Amino acid sequence: MSLLLPQSGDIPLPQPGPISEPYWQGCREGVLRFQRCLDCSAPTHTPALMCAVCASRSLVWVDSSGKGEIYSWTRVWRPVTPDFVTPYVPVIVAMEEGWFILSNLVGCEDDAVAIGLGVEVVFHSSGGADDIVLPYFQLVS
Amino acid sequence: MRTLGHPFRDVAIVGVYNTKQARVLEGHDSQSIALEAALGAIADAGLEPRDIDGVVGGIASNFLYQSRIGPAWRSMSPLGIPAVIEGAMAIACGLANNVLIATGEAGSYRQHASTAPWTRPTNEFVAAYGMFTAAEFALMARRHMHMYGTTPESMAHVAATIRNNGHVNPDAVYFGRGPFTAADVLESRMVADPFHLLDCAMTSEGGTALVLTRADRTEDTAKTPVYLLGGGTDHYGPSYQHPPVWDLGGVRRPDLIAGHVGRRAAEEAFAVAGLGPSDVDVCEFYDPFSFELIRQFEAFGFCAEGEGGDYVMSGVIEPGGRHPITTDGGTMSFSHGGASVQLFQRVIRGVQQLRGECSSAQVLTAEVAMCTGGGSGALFTDVLLLGKERP
Repeated sequence: MSLLLPQSGDIPLPQPGPISEPYWQGCREGVLRFQRCLDCSAPTHTPALMCAVCASRSLVWVDSSGKGEIYSWTRVWRPVTPDFVTPYVPVIVAMEEGWFILSNLVGCEDDAVAIGLGVEVVFHSSGGADDIVLPYFQLVS
Repeated sequence: MRTLGHPFRDVAIVGVYNTKQARVLEGHDSQSIALEAALGAIADAGLEPRDIDGVVGGIASNFLYQSRIGPAWRSMSPLGIPAVIEGAMAIACGLANNVLIATGEAGSYRQHASTAPWTRPTNEFVAAYGMFTAAEFALMARRHMHMYGTTPESMAHVAATIRNNGHVNPDAVYFGRGPFTAADVLESRMVADPFHLLDCAMTSEGGTALVLTRADRTEDTAKTPVYLLGGGTDHYGPSYQHPPVWDLGGVRRPDLIAGHVGRRAAEEAFAVAGLGPSDVDVCEFYDPFSFELIRQFEAFGFCAEGEGGDYVMSGVIEPGGRHPITTDGGTMSFSHGGASVQLFQRVIRGVQQLRGECSSAQVLTAEVAMCTGGGSGALFTDVLLLGKERP
């Protein structure tokens, strides 16, 4: 067993684009954001130009509760690059508002992960020049 | 829906060739090994380079110039079965008479500290979380385990079966490495839970090619022609850029979720062919990870949803079973030559099976082969049905 922590090595970091910048700016402010359709209310992630359900262009950024539950997970022992510390635990989280996000689980032992467990977002600054803050997830106690 | 004749009636596969496949092919780069594959497939067809008037694949431009066969029809489509279908369409549409499809990869992945470059495309929503193919596919497999109780043992049985096919195949990179039991797979080190090392594809180098021709010209070719009975491709978007959610659906057919990707393609291929799963004699299914074989049997309608684990344990997938899988050893043991090479090799093997020229695991009465590519973790699955009888 080992305690899962945010990665601190030289990992590949996102380069926000014009569509995704509001998402990453939210992370810098400690808020997880997703897009919602003004016409049909459907939530969307990853950042999009049109509603995935009704094709409306009227998407607005809204704040998430940051809470959800683990939808699926894996525990990686062979790192994608040597800069990643193993084990790490990629998770898909089903958010309360009905959208999915890919992240890593942190703040618990690696064998504590299971589908259906409640989780909440926690932010971690990469410390790099671009001021990227990554959303991770931890178990709700 | 279709009122015309069979869409591929006028097309035949008449040449197939794999170069030597190896962990490292000294003295080769991707273009040189692809060229070797191209010349091998043309020779297998009994043709000359000058007979080719259409080329598909990453080698296309280079081959056109080197062999001075221009002007000719060209497509850069690199991805296995869709490239074969595109080549067939070119012939069916009268754009070409003899189409070469060739690819190869060598020298692009020899430092193994990181996973292979094609397993980890850069994307801002996945890269920072250490994602690569094994983790992407594991997220799909884990969901299936949760819903249906699918076991690591059933996945390991798939991996052992495919690896044993490679163990007895003299052309496989891992020839003679076995035999393997499911226990061997389960005892190998964990890569991305639930996948052990031996549940996963390997990496290697190699080239592969095939030649399509007009069905009314097969008297001029050297080998027994093999026909395209039906085919299709199912894609949900770019691979490895968005969360691989089992339940990801579409607005046109909400019942067709990403976990069943390939179902629509298989339904269409079977409908065009006038066949069903029970007619398939050889399942040349793509095998990036063991779970994907279980998933494909469900998606294609060989068994009900959730029953794939029991299905693969029922004696059907081994040599001599009703639906033997991935008979050359697949990407786990035969070869996984990079971003695209192995995506063609299920088709190559399907043709070899129908010709009856496999030196190992030959299915004696093979009339219909089902070849596939892709997988749920990559959000696409392609399907091609091959047969000995002209449709």
